[in-house]
Order: sequence, then structure tokens, then C-alpha cells
Amino acid sequence: MTALIMARHYVRVTMRNKLALVFGALQPVLYLVLFGPLFARSGAGSWNVLVPGLLVQLGLLSAGMSGFGIVFDQRFGVLERLRVTPAGRMSLLLGRVLKDTLVLLIQAAGLILLGYAFGLRAPLPGVALGLLLVLLLAVSLSSMSYALALTLNQDLFAPIMSTVLVPLLLLSGALLPMSLAPGWLDVVSRLTPFRYVVEALRAFFAGGYTSADALVGTGVTLAFVVAGVAVGTRRFQHENA
Amino acid sequence: MIHATGLTRTFTTKTATVDAVRGVDLDVSPGEIVGFLGPNGAGKTTTLRMLTTLLRPSGGTATVAGHDLTTEPTEVRRRIGYVPQGGSVGPAALIGEELELQARLYGLGLPAARERVTELLDRLGLTALAARPAASLSGGQRRRVDIAMGLVHRPGLLFLDEPTTGLDPRGRADLWDDIRRLRAESGLTVFLSTHYLDEADALCDRVLIIDAGRIVSEGEPEALKSGIGPGATLDDVFLAVTGRALREEAAA
Ligand SMILES: Nc1ncnc2c1ncn2[C@@H]1O[C@H](COP(=O)(O)OP(=O)(O)OP(=O)(O)O)[C@@H](O)[C@H]1O
Ligand SMILES: [Mg+2]
Repeated sequence: MTALIMARHYVRVTMRNKLALVFGALQPVLYLVLFGPLFARSGAGSWNVLVPGLLVQLGLLSAGMSGFGIVFDQRFGVLERLRVTPAGRMSLLLGRVLKDTLVLLIQAAGLILLGYAFGLRAPLPGVALGLLLVLLLAVSLSSMSYALALTLNQDLFAPIMSTVLVPLLLLSGALLPMSLAPGWLDVVSRLTPFRYVVEALRAFFAGGYTSADALVGTGVTLAFVVAGVAVGTRRFQHENA
Repeated sequence: MIHATGLTRTFTTKTATVDAVRGVDLDVSPGEIVGFLGPNGAGKTTTLRMLTTLLRPSGGTATVAGHDLTTEPTEVRRRIGYVPQGGSVGPAALIGEELELQARLYGLGLPAARERVTELLDRLGLTALAARPAASLSGGQRRRVDIAMGLVHRPGLLFLDEPTTGLDPRGRADLWDDIRRLRAESGLTVFLSTHYLDEADALCDRVLIIDAGRIVSEGEPEALKSGIGPGATLDDVFLAVTGRALREEAAA
């Protein structure tokens, strides 16, 4: 309940600044428009393979960087003002996470529509399941992002986060499928979590709703959600948060 | 209203450990206005942040507004208001929206929250500024917003950390009047830190003087002054108990 009150507030604030919504999705959109046509003709795969990857890229960039907002809240005393109220600590976190997830939903829907315009032809239930998986990913990433933002030195959060996200994105096979990778790269990729999310999304988009890829990726994402919210809440409870 | 014994807080940084508060005992009765005086770095903010559940004490216990600080922090939070030293709204935030959020986090429904915000804005002379971002307000206006945040749920106990810093003389006098009026109307208990001895003198029933993390003196302003000698000011009291003049510290 409190989380909804918080989320409503943040959505109101976000909607005042719609340009930020667009800019948050700009990178995957550029990949779709300027890289997608190449990808589709390269033999690496169809739009049905690329768009799931771009959705994960969007999730990583949009939700993964969301902790940046809290850096300012901390600096201006907003966080203490919220923490001195009786609101549950988990609600203080989830309110933000809900907002980030909603933002991602809008961005992802836009990206998918654009994908259809270019040549994406995935079954609707598969797209819906894929979208759901990306939203779950956003919940976990955004929670962890806040936890990190509250833990790291304030000035380091943005550079560290953007540096960490790039290799994770490349290793996930979001931009080019890992089936093309040499053996060692494939092994390294399998050690990173988002690879499984990307493969589950691709399975959904291909209509393989109960394939091994779909199940493993969903499992990894759910585990991430639990871990992310637990870590985030802990950090919000921490006295210095 | 507040009963604390042996409150301590040690900060550990990479380079050093800081004993910010070293065994503070406090008792504040309902309806009292108590001033917390001390030079920069004495431990005022640290003590207030412990009493408002924002910082876990390294040692000691406290009951605040009838509930134990460490075992029932949520109950304490329901009953207290806190106006921090460093502000409470981001530059882009619209103050009306932020106040509404704050009211709702204290459990008010949307209509009640809106009504309360309207009333508070009016009372603090902020009505015309409700739709403005905080960055566009003057320092004094922003300070009044912070104070509104602390009062939004009509707490019985209000913590104010240097509430009048940045206010002009008129703003200070107005705030003092507001505090006195709230006390008269609703029996509000107030615990406020300040560098201004005249503020303590004019407003507080009792002052505590803290220096280097310890309470070094306490009493009614009149009693403290007469303890030093005829015609003494709180400055003289301060000088006598800490060996330093507060003015120099505050200026440093
Ligand atoms: N988070 C922290 N980490 C390390 N040291 C801290 C921290 N917070 C406060 N201190 C130290 O604790 C001591 C007391 O600080 P505090 O903010 O309580 O002083 P104060 O009485 O409020 O001073 P002022 O009048 O300047 O506001 C100072 O030496 C300060 O440097
Ligand atoms: Mg202070």
C-alpha cells in the first residue's frame, strides 16, 4: 500500500519529464534502427532474435542505472525525510522499483512496436511472456541498483555501474547470439546471469514456452528478483542508508 | 517524552574513529521546549539522528514518545517530527507534491493529506509557492518547507536541528512564535539544537549544553546565567563551561 503511494508520487514526477523516458530507451532504439537491418541480413538471426536481446539491453540500462536517482535523494536529505516516517523500509524501496518497472514497461512496449514496424514477427503470447520476464528482471536490477547506489561512494556509482553493465551486456549475447562465439567466450558467457534471460526471451519469442531455455531463464530471473529485493531492503534498513 | 541514558555513537571512517557522542543522558518532559546548544562538531546532529531512529546508537538506551528507540522504531516514528539541519527536498521537487507524499506516508488518506497540506502551506505562508520547484525558493522559504515536513502529521514531539539558520530576524521571530503557539495549542514538546544563544534564551524552558559529545551543563537559562554572576549572558555560561566562546566556534 505504502509502496503504491510512493510509486504514484514518483510516476507523477517522472511524467513531468517525459523526455527522460525517451532518452532512457534511446540506446536500444538506435541499435534497433541502425544495427537491426544489418543483423537481420547477416545470417546471425532474424528480428525475433534481435529484439529480445535489445529488451534485455533496455532492462540493463534503464533499470540498472535507476540507482542514480537515489544518489541525489540522499544528498538532498530526501531519503532521511522518508526514513523518519513510519513507512515500511521495503515499501520505500518497492515504491521506487515499481515506478522503474512501469517506466520500463512503457519503454519496452515502444521498442517492441518499433520492432514490429521493422520486421519482428513473434507470436503475441510469446511477446507478452517475454515482456513479463523483462519486467521481473527490471524489479531485480532496479533493487540492486539502489542497494549499490547507497553503498558505493556517491561519485562512483554512475561510472562503476555503466562500466560493469557493458561487459555483462556483451556476454549475455543480447547483441549477437552466443552460438557464434568461440568456445572460451561461450564458457565465460555461461557464467553470467543475463545470458539465460536473453535465451529465455528468445525462446518465448520463438514460441517455445516450455523449452529448457525458457524455464532456466525464468528460474534465473526469479532468483534474481528474490535476491535483489532482499539486498535492496536490507540496504534500506541499514542505519546509514 | 524523551528519556535517554548513556547514548553513545562512534563513527568509523577509513582514517579514524570519531567518538561523536560519548554518553548523553537526557530527560525531556511533555510540553517542554528544550534547547540543545553546542559548538560545531559537538554531537548535536548525531544525537538528534539517534533520537529520531535514523542512526543506531553504539551504546545506551532511549525511550522516545513512550516507545523504545531500538525495539519499536516504527512507533517512535509515528509520534515524532524531524526537521534536519541540511534540508529535505530535492531541487526539482514541487513542494506541494512532496508535502502530500509526506502526509500520506504518515497514513493520511488522499483527501485528508490534501487538506492538511493546504492548511500547513497557509500557516507557514507558503501557499503561493506550492507548485514551485524547491530550487526556485529562497533559503528561508525552503527552511519553512522543511518545517512543514516535520509538522505534517501533527506530531507530539518535534526535533528541530538548527531550524532558524538562514532565516532573517523576522523569520526567526515568526518561527519562535509558531513554536510557542503549537505548544500552547497542542502541548507540543520541542527539542531543538541551535548555535544562537539568544534563541535559546528567548524560546527555551531549559537548555542542555553539549561539548565534545558530552552534556557539560544544563538548566533553565535564567538559572544558568545567575550561576555565573549578575548580568551574565548565556555566552558567559558557555565560556565558563566549555572554556570557549560559542560565537568564535560558530564563526570558525
Ligand atoms: N557519518 C559520519 N562519519 C564520520 N564522522 C561523523 C559522521 N557524522 C558526524 N561525524 C562526526 O561526529 C562529530 C559530531 O558531529 P555532529 O554533526 O553531530 O555535530 P553538530 O554538533 O551537529 O555540529 P554542527 O553545529 O556543525 O552541526 C563531528 O566530529 C563529525 O565530524
Ligand atoms: Mg549539526
